[in-house]
Amino acid sequence: MTSERSQWIGLPFQRVDAHAKVTGRTSFADDLRFPRMAYLKLVRSTVPHGRIRSIDLSRAEQVPGVLGFLTGKDLPTPFGILPVSQDEHALANEVVRHVGEAVVAVAATSEDAAETAALAVRIEYEPLPTISSIDEALATPEPQIHRYADRGNLHKVLALDFGDVDGAFSRAAHVFEDAFFYEGNTHLPIEQHATVAVPEDGDRLTVYSSTQTPHYLHRALAKVLGLPAPRIRVIACPNGGGFGGKSDPFGHEIVCAAMSRKLGRPVKITLTREEVFWCHRGRHPVWMTLRTAMDENGKLLAQELSTALDGGAFGSYGVASTYYTGALQTVTYHLPAYRFRSIRAFTNKPPCGPKRGHGTPQPRFGWEVHLDKIAVALGKNPADLRLQNLERDGAVTANWWQLGTIELGQAIETVVEASAYRQRWGRLPEGRGLGLACGSYLCGAGLPIYWNQMPQSAVVLHVDRGGGVGVFSGATEIGQGSDTVLAAIVAETLGLELADLTLCVADTALTPVDLGSYSSRVTLMMGQAARRAALDVRQKIAAAVAQQLEVAPDDVEFAHRRVFSKGEPEKGLSWEDAVVVAEARLGTLAGVGSYTPPRAPGRYRGSGVGPSPTYSYTAAVIEVEVDPETGIWRPLEVWIAHDIGRALNPVLALGQIEGSVYMGLGEAMMEESAFRRLPRSRSNALVHKFPSLLEYKSPTFHEMPKIHSYLIEREDPEGPFGAKEVGQGPLLPIPPACANAIYDAVGVRVDQVPIHPHLVLRALEAKKKGRPARVGPSFLPPIDYGFVLEIPPPWGGGDGRARNEDAFREASGRKGRAGTMLEREQALSHRSVDALTTGLAGKRGE
Amino acid sequence: MLPAKGRALGVMPHGVRRGSPDPASRVSRKRGKGSKDTESAVRVGTFIVNNETRTVAFPEHHSLLEVLREELGLTGTKHGCELGECGACTVEVEGRAVLSCLLLAAEAEGKAIRTVEGLAVGRQLHPLQLAFAELGAAQCGYCTPGILMAAKVLLDHNPSPSADEIRTHLGGNLCRCTGYERIVEAVAVAAARLQGTSRELDPAWLQGDQRNAPAR
Repeated sequence: MTSERSQWIGLPFQRVDAHAKVTGRTSFADDLRFPRMAYLKLVRSTVPHGRIRSIDLSRAEQVPGVLGFLTGKDLPTPFGILPVSQDEHALANEVVRHVGEAVVAVAATSEDAAETAALAVRIEYEPLPTISSIDEALATPEPQIHRYADRGNLHKVLALDFGDVDGAFSRAAHVFEDAFFYEGNTHLPIEQHATVAVPEDGDRLTVYSSTQTPHYLHRALAKVLGLPAPRIRVIACPNGGGFGGKSDPFGHEIVCAAMSRKLGRPVKITLTREEVFWCHRGRHPVWMTLRTAMDENGKLLAQELSTALDGGAFGSYGVASTYYTGALQTVTYHLPAYRFRSIRAFTNKPPCGPKRGHGTPQPRFGWEVHLDKIAVALGKNPADLRLQNLERDGAVTANWWQLGTIELGQAIETVVEASAYRQRWGRLPEGRGLGLACGSYLCGAGLPIYWNQMPQSAVVLHVDRGGGVGVFSGATEIGQGSDTVLAAIVAETLGLELADLTLCVADTALTPVDLGSYSSRVTLMMGQAARRAALDVRQKIAAAVAQQLEVAPDDVEFAHRRVFSKGEPEKGLSWEDAVVVAEARLGTLAGVGSYTPPRAPGRYRGSGVGPSPTYSYTAAVIEVEVDPETGIWRPLEVWIAHDIGRALNPVLALGQIEGSVYMGLGEAMMEESAFRRLPRSRSNALVHKFPSLLEYKSPTFHEMPKIHSYLIEREDPEGPFGAKEVGQGPLLPIPPACANAIYDAVGVRVDQVPIHPHLVLRALEAKKKGRPARVGPSFLPPIDYGFVLEIPPPWGGGDGRARNEDAFREASGRKGRAGTMLEREQALSHRSVDALTTGLAGKRGE
Repeated sequence: MLPAKGRALGVMPHGVRRGSPDPASRVSRKRGKGSKDTESAVRVGTFIVNNETRTVAFPEHHSLLEVLREELGLTGTKHGCELGECGACTVEVEGRAVLSCLLLAAEAEGKAIRTVEGLAVGRQLHPLQLAFAELGAAQCGYCTPGILMAAKVLLDHNPSPSADEIRTHLGGNLCRCTGYERIVEAVAVAAARLQGTSRELDPAWLQGDQRNAPAR
């Protein structure tokens, strides 16, 4: 109703926090100070796997200024982001599982004293055998890093079949097979994680933290501290960059809270840069094999994807990450049948988790390079091959995702035309090349981290009688512009200026729950909640003003701080007067809006990871220059088109696209979380090769190419004002587009990321010697994936369930339907409260 | 007193540090080192920050970054590494862009220091700040103060830098959000405004590229 005359939506206005950010006024967690504040330091493990034999605090206790210590014995309750992976301890409990895991906490009156004391703590370990890679995890089932693993040191093993894959392969005209490796990398937010815990009256506690997920931190704190949730207040400070790296509840946050309770005074911890590397939760290294069946015309018939993830030492989001490596293969090009196999290995390295694109950039790299090779083999233009196989609007995929609007075809045409791809691909001089790739991402995970039937986001508005509007939302500003989207939607709906609004966000005591800034869910879910809350207020004021002006309520319009008759615009009230009229007639004015994603059609075990209200689509063409003498390559120009539904604020949207291109280029060119094993004589530790900003190479001002960004706008009915996500999707096509462009430039394939110059050179040398012009991993070894769930696709007579779910339960020893979506759905109708939400205690934790 | 080199690293008493080839050797180095000597000497110093003269007491081994943030309460200056790697702590000292994490506070006594808090005049933003706000050159805003100060020093010395000169001058500042190019443009826009000339802004910065896109 406001789209044709919008005041804010679709316009490039300044973000609401712009002035605070350019003047240094934004308060990040480490900027906070409280009277009598103490400082916390953590003593971290120096061995990658070991039993803690002894902890000697005697010398540390002598350090002047020391106030207290905590060890694993003080915080014995395990926690973790996923209910099925409650495998972390705030401080290591008996066993350490990676170098850098926190073992002892010390608080002191100054940061220096805390550090000095931490340096004086002596810990002795009994070393245990260590596992450094997927290979080693497969070959070393014992000793187990965690006893709850599906098998040996395989945290998760899964096998899903959608439709008749073998039949499709047997009648295929062409079968293609490729193996890829995507190295792990890390978020590298410039802000180091920080937390301040402040004891409050009434045995209460306030925790300020640089977290993307205050609600999940709230739950973890309640569980580990054993405190009722109402006594804990978590406030997420604006994050100085997140990218997924601040979306787990972290041990240091819990320890900080526990220490503040122990000492009865505020406590702060700020991680050093090296500690941020140890916290990690970055991109999983993924080794994968793709097999694809096609008919004689280049139509896709089926795909088999096997992925192996190196998970590091803890579960983190890993079970979700594992499913995500297979979930979104089906949403871009129509796959009539699909087979997915995956394992996630535990290794003695910092835990991997969600980074921008969460589990999907790795298989997307494989898929898009694989397609490029197929196009070359079939003598087709890669753009045509993709266009020929596009998934259609509103389809339900083989793995049961309900898709929304799809403008991938338009996105492809846009970048192809802008870059003159059809005229130039395959025809540029040696050393110059063009690469095309696509991608798609969720607009919010369809299901919350813990099963429940409650909204994923809610917004409450309070209208002051002076005309000001208080906007309460649990959403967390991590730089993506969530505050601005929130304000713009409310201001647009009520016809207000942004300055009329006061935002109160990400405060578990004052704001309704929003699950957090992850999975690209905020614009869509928080946006819908904000829209509904504002419509709630609007409806009330409209009713009161209609009475006052003697017009029909649906004739009442809100714009430019006036509430007036649409038919006779001069007949109306100022916003302030309208508010007074409404409050006099109706009492105190408030509005509530909440959003729960639509029920997804999948009903099989695993269908919880991948559904989304709708999906964004991206296409990119990258032009590169490769020096055949050195293998050094650089991106020269990027054309990227993103199907965003509607850009609520194009400046913010473009910023997300440019930032995603940058981060994707970093992963393609240089970023890697690489580890090395020290010699046995020197502790055999697995140490991070590059735990510093200097040595962990990331692109600087000098590496960025010219970026042409195109916003493809067709409103999606699921999004607020038609908007879809833009924070993560645009990263996905970048690494494969680089690989494809390098092939176009010099005719070699580097089937792994990062594409280091020495790998390009090695492939060029192989080509010169007449060997296959390829560098990359071998195919995955044979792996026992155990029980295969068979799920008929929508066109195969299925209802979204696995055909053999019951046999699976029997085989895996799982009883009943406890913990399934079905159980949650039935709970309301059965009037059972217990099953409505996952309790704080994990189901399978140690 | 702590060894200066030990500051700002992960606290791993028996363990791995950046550049340390071997945790085991670190054990022997750290063991036996007494923990009595923790009370560092305190120094009283006078700083001229943002044209205000302030005298504070501070641990003498502390960096300018620490004194700015802790003793002087100027938390606009950020830290991302405390090893001189990210540029987030950049401030202006005597007309030069300086990494405040690498400068002992004692060395900055009596010198003219400017931080991000001293960039605006009252409510009037500096043209750099305005351009950053308008163009969305600050996303999370954490690297922004350091980049603004580095850019300010650049424009003081080179009022109309080329895009490449801007990239070179800001090359030591890392940003994870923006992809940098919007920052380069914002600095160029601010430079033009400071020169009293207007710079035509390519609408692609605000609306996205339209060139060569197929008609829909």
